[in-house]
Amino acid sequence: MTNIVVFAKLVPDLVEELEIADNGIALDMEWLRLIINEFDNHAVEQALILKERTGGEVTVIAPQAEGVDEMLYTIAAKGADRVMMLKGDFEAGVNNHALARAFATTVQTYQPDLILTGVQANDDLDGAVGPLIAEYLGMPYIGYISGVSMAGDKLSAQKEYPGGLIAEMEVALPAVLGIQAGEEPPRYVAISKVRQMMKTATIDEYDVAELNTSGGVTANRMYAPEVSERAEMLAGDEDEVATRLVEIFKEAGLV
Amino acid sequence: MSGDIFVVFEHLRGQIADISYIMLAAARDLAQTTGGEVIGVLLGHNAQDIVSHVAADRVLYGDHPALADFNPEGYANTLSGLIQAEGPRAVFFGSTSIGADIAGVLSARLGLPLVGSCIQIGEGNIISKICGGKIMVETVLADDDTTLITMIPGGYKPAQGQSETPPTATPFEVSIDSLRISLKQYIEPEAGDVDISSEKVLIAIGRGIQTADNIELAQELAELLGGAVCASRPVVDQGWLPATRLVGKSGKSVKPKLYLALGISGAPEHVEGMADAEMVVAINMDPNAPIFNVATYGAEIDLFDLIDPLIEKLEAAA
Ligand SMILES: Cc1cc2nc3c(=O)[nH]c(=O)nc-3n(C[C@H](O)[C@H](O)[C@H](O)COP(=O)(O)OP(=O)(O)OC[C@H]3O[C@@H](n4cnc5c(N)ncnc54)[C@H](O)[C@@H]3O)c2cc1C
Ligand SMILES: Nc1ncnc2c1ncn2[C@@H]1O[C@H](COP(=O)(O)O)[C@@H](O)[C@H]1O
Repeated sequence: MTNIVVFAKLVPDLVEELEIADNGIALDMEWLRLIINEFDNHAVEQALILKERTGGEVTVIAPQAEGVDEMLYTIAAKGADRVMMLKGDFEAGVNNHALARAFATTVQTYQPDLILTGVQANDDLDGAVGPLIAEYLGMPYIGYISGVSMAGDKLSAQKEYPGGLIAEMEVALPAVLGIQAGEEPPRYVAISKVRQMMKTATIDEYDVAELNTSGGVTANRMYAPEVSERAEMLAGDEDEVATRLVEIFKEAGLV
Repeated sequence: MSGDIFVVFEHLRGQIADISYIMLAAARDLAQTTGGEVIGVLLGHNAQDIVSHVAADRVLYGDHPALADFNPEGYANTLSGLIQAEGPRAVFFGSTSIGADIAGVLSARLGLPLVGSCIQIGEGNIISKICGGKIMVETVLADDDTTLITMIPGGYKPAQGQSETPPTATPFEVSIDSLRISLKQYIEPEAGDVDISSEKVLIAIGRGIQTADNIELAQELAELLGGAVCASRPVVDQGWLPATRLVGKSGKSVKPKLYLALGISGAPEHVEGMADAEMVVAINMDPNAPIFNVATYGAEIDLFDLIDPLIEKLEAAA
């Protein structure tokens, strides 16, 4: 019986326009559309696969934020046994060090054998939470993981290196892994099932009394990339663009 | 605390990784402000030949059989002692499968600030690129602590951190107790599929392709232009194409004559695998997509509107 805890996080949807707040050092949250960090989705999938294979319980924890209920109900509908929301002052300025400390404290009540995080989040500035939690809990950490199997109190993890090379690593449990990809693509769940969960499932809550923010970094300035060599943009509709592209390919000797 | 800048070298199976040279270039920039030396840190076993071309003032070499291959725990334990003893002004790690495993652990263990995704040093500031390449952030070094920095490629060329004269390497003592993590084996990437790193034309598809069925459209273009289809991470993670077709940090680096990117945003992890293509054509509906910053030509249109007329005109031209 394995106790698996996954941390999930909402991140900016990067397809939307990102605006910088008036203070110049944070994203403007007002217009931001948040979605689950894609690697957390993979971490949830990996946890559910392990549970199906070896038994156990999956708990998913996320800090309070706009839209977090929906994310947690969706995860419950996929098969997580327990979903929990950390309540506290998580407004702008909270760094990963503070969060990792809060997680480390919270998670101890579950006595996890295995903790999974996404390998990285797209808005991360002061380092991924996974290694921080691992160290605060005195557990080993391995990241860039794309496959996990368990045998007793040992776990074997597939760690990705460039070019498709994999290192199979063994680690003693309890441990923390940073998931890059689950063994299978994240499963889909019907909206109707999520709606049903909203009626039947409960989100546990845990109050984080005080956030200890030491060790985090503060930005001096945030700005959109200064573009020095932007592409030559081809104007016109798809027909004109296609015509121009064929010319370009001809000039380059490609057709 | 000294003004010295440490660079933790990365190597894999006897090969130094380019990020090591890139970090040296950044460290050199930073040392101009801090006034210290650029000191390389090499952990390994019988690995001294790896650093024959590094542009470091000197190298600290920790040799131990348990460090022959990367082990997150062995590396972190060794480095935490060294950083405490030497008190450098900053330490560079790769934002990679190696560096990212240890920088966070050291930050928590030693209570040191960590700045991620650094792409460049500007006037003593650390400049990071986050949010898939859409946002830049500037931070400063901590006043009285060692700052840990993880580095991504894109701001420096590896050649900027290379030198013909090998630096002197001074050994330091390494003692490693039992470790909870061990390397069992390496698993080689699957062979047999097309080798995208040797194709002259690549049709690259991203999440914008929407479904596995649509890949056929890209395949048609690839056949007309005499090339192959490759992809960004989400396409491979969905299982729509095999891992052999992945371009970027965890995939292959490619250098085709033409890289036609369809529905790819241009996140730094993708760009590091295709930035050296001779010609990049990017098709994306988002005018702010970072791919346009590395493309030769771009068009802000729907890829599904473009493919049919493009196929027609290519057929006519053939
Ligand atoms: C440790 C780590 C390693 C990684 N390694 C890699 C790697 O090796 N390779 C890699 O690629 N990524 C890698 N990533 C992921 C990377 O950060 C990005 O998430 C990924 O590259 C995004 O892929 P994408 O551009 O296809 O998708 P998205 O970022 O979602 O972009 C899709 C784009 O398509 C456009 N679009 C949508 N529909 C259309 C349409 N109809 N017509 C035109 N345009 C359209 C959108 O405007 C958008 O810009 C890694 C991430 C991490 C954390
Ligand atoms: N605010 C957060 N809430 C929940 N999980 C988080 C949070 N920040 C980080 N994590 C976890 O840590 C992983 C790495 O994110 P980051 O540390 O931001 O790079 C995420 O994929 C999550 O699994």
